[in-house]
Amino acid sequence: MDRRIFGLETEYGVTFSLHGQRRINPDDVSRIIFRRIVASGRSSNVFLENGSRLYLDVGSHPEYATAECDNLFDLLAQDRAGDVLMNELVDSAQQHISPEGTSGQIHLFKNNVDSAGNSYGCHENYCTERDEDLSRHEQFLIPFLITRQLFAGAGRVITTPSRGTYFSLSQRAEHIWETISSATTRSRPIINTRDEPHADPERFRRLHVILGDSNMSDFATILKVGATSLVLSMVEDKNTVLRDLTLDNPMKALRDVATDPLGDRHVTVRLTNGRELTAWQVQSEICERVEHYVQGRDLSDDQRFVVSAWRATLEQMAVDPLVLADRIDWITKMQLITQLCNSEGIGLSHPKVALVDLLYHDTHPTRGLYNRLRHKGHTVRLVADDAVARAVTTPPQTTRARLRGEFVRRAKEQRRDFSVDWVHLKLNDHVQRTLILKDPFKSHDERFDRLYETL
Amino acid sequence: MAEQERIHKTRQQETVDAQEAVRVDASRHDQLKNDLDELLDEIDEVLEDNAEEFVRNYVQKGGQ
Repeated sequence: MDRRIFGLETEYGVTFSLHGQRRINPDDVSRIIFRRIVASGRSSNVFLENGSRLYLDVGSHPEYATAECDNLFDLLAQDRAGDVLMNELVDSAQQHISPEGTSGQIHLFKNNVDSAGNSYGCHENYCTERDEDLSRHEQFLIPFLITRQLFAGAGRVITTPSRGTYFSLSQRAEHIWETISSATTRSRPIINTRDEPHADPERFRRLHVILGDSNMSDFATILKVGATSLVLSMVEDKNTVLRDLTLDNPMKALRDVATDPLGDRHVTVRLTNGRELTAWQVQSEICERVEHYVQGRDLSDDQRFVVSAWRATLEQMAVDPLVLADRIDWITKMQLITQLCNSEGIGLSHPKVALVDLLYHDTHPTRGLYNRLRHKGHTVRLVADDAVARAVTTPPQTTRARLRGEFVRRAKEQRRDFSVDWVHLKLNDHVQRTLILKDPFKSHDERFDRLYETL
Repeated sequence: MAEQERIHKTRQQETVDAQEAVRVDASRHDQLKNDLDELLDEIDEVLEDNAEEFVRNYVQKGGQ
């Protein structure tokens, strides 16, 4: 199977709280968090030594975009490195706000919805061959993305006028309005078609999936990106015949699936050809198709992992989904909330439930509830701590990110004035040398070596 | 290719026996259930004393 370049962009939520009260607004908290970045880079939009991008996004959300990766375990390490980097900035901001450490705390959440229903995302990027025909995406990829919340959803207790208070599979399901379009904040689609390949535009496109939840779980992160990438390979391979799974009403399907986490209400989605399937059946059919597709093809270790993890997850879901509490975010959270409700005799609409729902996503290593469970060994770990620590300062070695990361590190060491984006490396001296890196797969380049020597 | 192989090896050591991780382990689930009460007790200490206010004040602007 061909290599694929992918990456994750995470928008974090921030709050500052003193005895439950908000004393500093989120805009100011974000500005204080980015104080150190602005001081060193003169901008709140910087590229780092590990090839990633760190910036303040729409709505003052601190955002971290991983460097381009071609291996899922690298991606996981790079994504977790973002949490570490953000926490370092938060610690420093915390010191700045309250040097004595007594008056209130900054919380940084890796989730997707605030208490007022504002949503922010975890976007996935997949590098694809340039092909403007997206009909196979509608027929196969969209139904996959809508039903993958079974394993990729981060779960959330939601109250709506029509449905009351219930546990939803997904954080984002209620905040998406179209399947494929170029809108972002106005009317968020599942796939955003804004054409910014960050690579040679004649060869590449970048598929921008903005439907997904932020995952705390290693397993869910890898399965989400890995399964999506495999489905995409099949969709792109026009020689592969795929059974049309086009949904009759994709937005209704997205929301309906989210209301039936355990599948015990047998909620189904309707296809345009009249078939009625549960989300599990859709996933099962797609997983089986992928298993067939990869047969006889040369898979990398991470791809092989995804195929077996996907199958094992679906099989367990059919028997007893709760056992997957060590790897699937919504199940971990549901267990936590169920236990809380049982032991305190409270219902889902109790504020303490909403608090636990939030603190599950707190990125602080000891305050965050997911992180506490991880620390106690209750969750499947797919990346070692030292690999994450290395990813904070080291870019992925097998993609273009290696060149960017090396350039940034060296230029900083030599105190050179430079500008960098996904494609360009530029020295702001009198010669103004610029290197354009149009191939994200290329981790070595003679032009780069020559530029590097002059640094 | 030697470089690729080296990277490949390092990744393998670091990825904490991935195939083993696929295996679903029900005993682990029992341990989790036993520990959840303890965890919820512990978080009472770190929890904000005013859950309602904390949650209500968690308001951001929308992102993308």
